[in-house]
Amino acid sequence: MAGTGRDGVVTRREALIGAGAAGASLLMPGRSAWAQGAAKPAEIKVGIATYLSGPASVFGVPGRQTAEMLFDEINAAGGIAGVKVRPIFVDEGPGVDHVVGEYRRLVQSEGVHLIFAAISSADCIACAPLSDELKRPTLLWDCGTQRIFEDNRYSYAFRTQANATPEILAALLYLLKVKPDFKSIAVINQDYAWGRDSWDIFRTAMNTLKPGVKVAAELFPRFGATDFSTEITRVLALRPDVVLSTSWGGDLDALIRQASDRKLFERATFVMPLAESSLQRVGKALPAGHIVGARGDHWFLHPSPADPERLKRFSDTYKAKYNAWPIYPCFHMAQAVSAMKAGIEKAVAAKGGGWPTDAELASAFKGLEFPSPTASVRIREDGQGLENQLIGTTLHSDKYPFPVLTDMIVFPAESVTTPVGQKSADWLKTLTPDMVAKLPQAQAFKS
Amino acid sequence: MAWLSENGILVGLALLDGLSYAAAVFMVAVGLNLVFGVLRVLNVAHGSLYAIGGYAAASIGLFAASLGAPPWLGLPILLAAAVLVGVALGPVIERLLLRRMQDREPVLQLLVTFALFMILEDLQKLVWGVQPVVFDAPLKWLGTVDVPFGQDAIPFTAYQLYVLPGVALATLAILACVLRYTLTGRMVVAVTVDREAARAMGIDAARVTMLTFTVGAALAALGGALAAPTVSLVPGVGASTIVLSFAVVATAGLGQIEGAAVAALLIGLGRSFAVYVAPEFEVVVPYAIMVAVLLFRPQGLFGVAETRRI
Repeated sequence: MAGTGRDGVVTRREALIGAGAAGASLLMPGRSAWAQGAAKPAEIKVGIATYLSGPASVFGVPGRQTAEMLFDEINAAGGIAGVKVRPIFVDEGPGVDHVVGEYRRLVQSEGVHLIFAAISSADCIACAPLSDELKRPTLLWDCGTQRIFEDNRYSYAFRTQANATPEILAALLYLLKVKPDFKSIAVINQDYAWGRDSWDIFRTAMNTLKPGVKVAAELFPRFGATDFSTEITRVLALRPDVVLSTSWGGDLDALIRQASDRKLFERATFVMPLAESSLQRVGKALPAGHIVGARGDHWFLHPSPADPERLKRFSDTYKAKYNAWPIYPCFHMAQAVSAMKAGIEKAVAAKGGGWPTDAELASAFKGLEFPSPTASVRIREDGQGLENQLIGTTLHSDKYPFPVLTDMIVFPAESVTTPVGQKSADWLKTLTPDMVAKLPQAQAFKS
Repeated sequence: MAWLSENGILVGLALLDGLSYAAAVFMVAVGLNLVFGVLRVLNVAHGSLYAIGGYAAASIGLFAASLGAPPWLGLPILLAAAVLVGVALGPVIERLLLRRMQDREPVLQLLVTFALFMILEDLQKLVWGVQPVVFDAPLKWLGTVDVPFGQDAIPFTAYQLYVLPGVALATLAILACVLRYTLTGRMVVAVTVDREAARAMGIDAARVTMLTFTVGAALAALGGALAAPTVSLVPGVGASTIVLSFAVVATAGLGQIEGAAVAALLIGLGRSFAVYVAPEFEVVVPYAIMVAVLLFRPQGLFGVAETRRI
C-alpha cells in the first residue's frame, strides 16, 4: 500500500511525500483520472448544462431527452470504445453565476471527462475560458453567439454546430431569393442579447446586399412578454413588406398566434429563423407562405439527408419516446453526442487503443468531422463547427396537423459562415449580391 | 395640436392597445393589492396562482373541446377554472403558510412566499411540462373587429377590445361595491384598517383573512385564465407577471383597489404609447412611471402615509 513503510508504519519521508502529493492534487483541481494516468475509466461522465427551468426549458428539456435517448443507445451498443457513458445534467435556469459554479463542481467534484455547455450564449461565453483554465474538453452544443471564436482562441472548447451569423444570413439570402423586391421591413425581437445581436447581423447583411430597404419599425418587447398586441397594431398600421422575428419559445408562439388572429400574416411576409421549433405547437395558426429557419439543417422532413435511414431512425425513435417530432435543440444535442463519440474514438485510435489524456482528447476535436442526423459537421481549426443551414417556406399539408416546409434551400456551411480569422461584422460588409444568384436549387415538400 | 391632428388615429390605436393591456395587468395586480391590504403580506406566489389559473383554464378548455363542447363554452370555463384554483389553493396556502407568517418580519414573509413560488413553479412543470400551452377557442369564437385607420382598417380581436376591459371593469365595480356596501366588505375593510380593533369588535379576522386570500387567489387565477386564450403559457410566465404587478401595486399604493386600476391604466397606456413614440423604452416605461410616482409620493398614488409605530 503506498505511503506505508516497514510493518505498516509511516515514515517521516513517506508522510512528507504523501502530504506533498495531496497538496499538488489540491493545486491542480481540474485533473481527471484520464489526465493522471490515461487509464481506461470505468465510465465516461459527461456534464451537460441545459435549461431545466424557466422559459428556455422549451429547448432545454428536449435537449436533455435527446441526450438520455442517445446515451442509452450508446450504452446498449457497448459504450464508446467499450466504456459506458453517463450524463450529469445541470440547470442553466438560475443564471450565469450558477452555471460557472456548476461547471467547476462538475470538473472538481464529479470528475467529469467532458462537458456539454450550453444553450445560453452568456453561459457559453463564461464556460469557454473555464474549459482552458480547468483543461476539460467542452462542447458548446447549442449557444448561438458568433463572438466566442471570433474574439478568442481556446484549446479545450469546440462548437458542434453553427453560430448566429450563418443562421441569420441564410434566412436573409432566402428572403432575397424568394421576395427580391421587398422595400420595407419591421423587426419584432426579444429584448436581450440574442434579439439585438441577430438584428444587427440581419441589418448589416441587408444593408450590404440590398441597400435602401426602409426599416419601418424596430420593436424589442420584453423577454418573456406574453402580449404583443401593441406591436402588432403598430406593424399593421405601418404595413411593411416583411416582418422579421428571431424570437423563440413561448414569446414566438404568442406572437404567431396573436399576429394570426389579427391577420398580420395576410399583410406581410414573416421571416422567422427559429420558428421550426414552434411549428408543432402553433399548428396551422401559422399560415402558408412564410419563411422559417431551424438554426442549422435540422428538419425531420429534410429533403436530402446524407443518410435517410439515420434521420428516420432518429426522428421516429424520438417521436415514439416523447410524442413529438424532434426540434432543433434535439438535433444540436445529437450532434454533440455524435462529436463526443467520434472525438473519443479518434483519440483512442490515435493512441493505438490506449486512453487519451484530456489534452489529447481536446486535440482530437480539431478538424473532426462527425455525422449529424441530416448531414455531417466539421469542426474548424478555430473550434467553430461548420453546419449547413436549411430555410424553407411554410405549407399546409393534410398529412401533418402543423405547417411543413417547402421550397427548402440547404445552404452549404462554408458559403454562409464567416471565414476563420475574420469577424462577422466585417465579413458581412464584404458580401456581394451575386451570392443570391448562386444559391442552391430549392427543394419542394414531398408527401 | 398639429401633431395630434396628424397622429390622432395613431393615438386612438395606442389607447385601445393600452386599455386592453391595462385590463390584463389590473386583473393580477388587484388581487395582490387586496391580499396585501388584509394580510400585510406581499405574496410573491401570486404569480404562480396566475400561471396555475392559466394552465387550469387551458387544460379544462382543451378537455371540453376534445369532448366536442361548443367554442362559446370556453368563456365560462375561464371563469370556472379561476374559481376552482382560488377555492382549491387559496385556503390551503393561507391556513398552512401565510397565517403562520402574519406577524413575522416582512423579509421573512417575502422569502417564504418566494419559496412557495419556486415550489409551485416546479409543480407546474411536473403537471403541465415545459412546452407552451394555449387555449384560444373563446378568442377565435368572438372573431375580430375592424377599427378604421384612415383609408385602412386595423383588425383587433373582439376578445381584446371587449372581454378583457369588460371583465376588468366588472371586477373593479364588484369589488368596490362589495367592500363599500356589504357587511362582509365592511369587515374586510375593518380588518385592513386595524386588525386588532376589528377583532375587539367581534369580527372573525381569521375567517375574513382566509376569505380575502381566497378571493385574491381567484383573481390571480382569473388573470391567468383570461390570458390563456392570447398568450402561450410557459414556465416562468408567473415570474414575469408578478414583477409587473409589483410595479402596479407600488405605484398605486399598497392595499388600494381603485388605485390599482388607475396605476394599471397609467402603466398600460404608458407602455403602449412608448411602442408608438419611442419603442426602445417600452420595457422601461412601466418601471419609470413607478419610480417617478414613488419619488414624489413614496406611499404610492393612493396610499396613505402612516406614522411609524415604535
